[in-house]
Amino acid sequence: MEKFTFVTRFGSYLLFLATCFKKPDKWRMFWKSFFNEVYKMGNDSFGIVAIISLFIGAVTVIQFGSQLQGSLVPMTILGRIVRDANILEFSPTIVALVMAGKIGSNIASEIGTMKVSEQIDALEIMGVNAASYVALPKILASLFAIPALVVCSMFLSNIGGAISCYFSEMVTVDTYIQGLRMDFNGFFVTHALTKAFFSSFLISTISSYNGYCTEGGALEVGAASTMAVVQSCLAVIFFDYILTQIMLY
Amino acid sequence: MIVLTDISKSFNGRSVLNQISAKFVKGKCSFVIGASGGGKSVLMKCMVGLIEPDSGIIDFDNRDFLRLEYSQKKELRQEIGMLFQGGALFDSLSVEDNVAFPLRMFTNMNKSEMLDRVNFCLNRVKLDNVNKLFPSNISGGMKKRVGIARAIAMNPKYLFCDEPNSGLDPLTSRVIDELITEITEEYNITTIINSHDIKSVFDMGDHIVFIFKGRCLWEGHKSDLKRSNVPELEQFIAASEFK
Repeated sequence: MEKFTFVTRFGSYLLFLATCFKKPDKWRMFWKSFFNEVYKMGNDSFGIVAIISLFIGAVTVIQFGSQLQGSLVPMTILGRIVRDANILEFSPTIVALVMAGKIGSNIASEIGTMKVSEQIDALEIMGVNAASYVALPKILASLFAIPALVVCSMFLSNIGGAISCYFSEMVTVDTYIQGLRMDFNGFFVTHALTKAFFSSFLISTISSYNGYCTEGGALEVGAASTMAVVQSCLAVIFFDYILTQIMLY
Repeated sequence: MIVLTDISKSFNGRSVLNQISAKFVKGKCSFVIGASGGGKSVLMKCMVGLIEPDSGIIDFDNRDFLRLEYSQKKELRQEIGMLFQGGALFDSLSVEDNVAFPLRMFTNMNKSEMLDRVNFCLNRVKLDNVNKLFPSNISGGMKKRVGIARAIAMNPKYLFCDEPNSGLDPLTSRVIDELITEITEEYNITTIINSHDIKSVFDMGDHIVFIFKGRCLWEGHKSDLKRSNVPELEQFIAASEFK
């Protein structure tokens, strides 16, 4: 039986999703909860995303700049490399990993606490579809909030690169910007947003599921929260690879 | 009236409920008593639909709960109110919003009608000026009272109370007991209370079901409780009185 644990849990995860994606009992309450979640996820996470993105851009400039120094490659390429690296990989993946830690643990512990304090049971007894009521607004809100944060991160990481150019004098800011504007491929943004949508879905559903399955007390809520972050991070990295393989080659 | 027929439930091969049959009458407080771990909570969870029994029939006024369609089950659940051991109030909502929750979810009342109903329910459980407080700001006894107010907000036909006195001082316990009795008689509700508090059983119980290790060993009126001739029940009462 032990070796089927993964299959059993995956089946249970799919059943949880089937229960979640049902018509809400009351649309007015659903929308209220949805907008509240979008605001909470987006607004509360913007600060950390902004700081991380600025530093990622700055570090990327220094890393690539140091590789290019002394070579025959024109330094305008630096802006292009940094832009594409940020759009294609750093922004969607690192923001997703940060969100897995921040939003994922928040969702799992919130729903987990509701479960162990019998609030979920109270909803069920009232005749409310508890899985849908507590998880669906969070899942749909994440599909808006996380891609929006990824878009912000794309801009900010490139700005971080410019700031780094200004201070490091590795390359002038003008040259860097010239590189940023070189050969822009719009499909890269589509690719990044596709990854962001997948990541958002994985983070919110895995975390909701872990929270919803919590049994016991405070220790189990903590364990569910940790499990949600670990599983979300692994799923994000795995699908990052799969989507990159499918979309770019 | 709620009628249970041969309810059995086991977890991982371990039998927790073994062919339990019982009747709970309308307008009366019925008690399910027994030692901790005897299966009282599992039986209650089976009755309210949180756990599906392996076999048996749960009949709510000629409606077989286990065999109802999803939508019918949902309708029936709106006729059920439940008071949880820990209150189970929604942490993120104020007292007012907690009581208003089922009304918002299942009725088309406007704001003022809803507020009137909420205030009526809160007054009924003798709570004033707590509308805007959050569950974290009120005492255990107040949480239980808000739980009762939320449970009666939809005028339920059936009220389930899971150990309503646990963690409360004797005075507050008495207040909660009196509230449950009054509400049961006033609204003619079928009330089922899980408890191991013998004092409450003698004070407010009408019909008693004694469960021991997952089996129903005795069922009857409280006046016959001390003449049961069931050694396990006699022991249970003696231990409670000694305590």
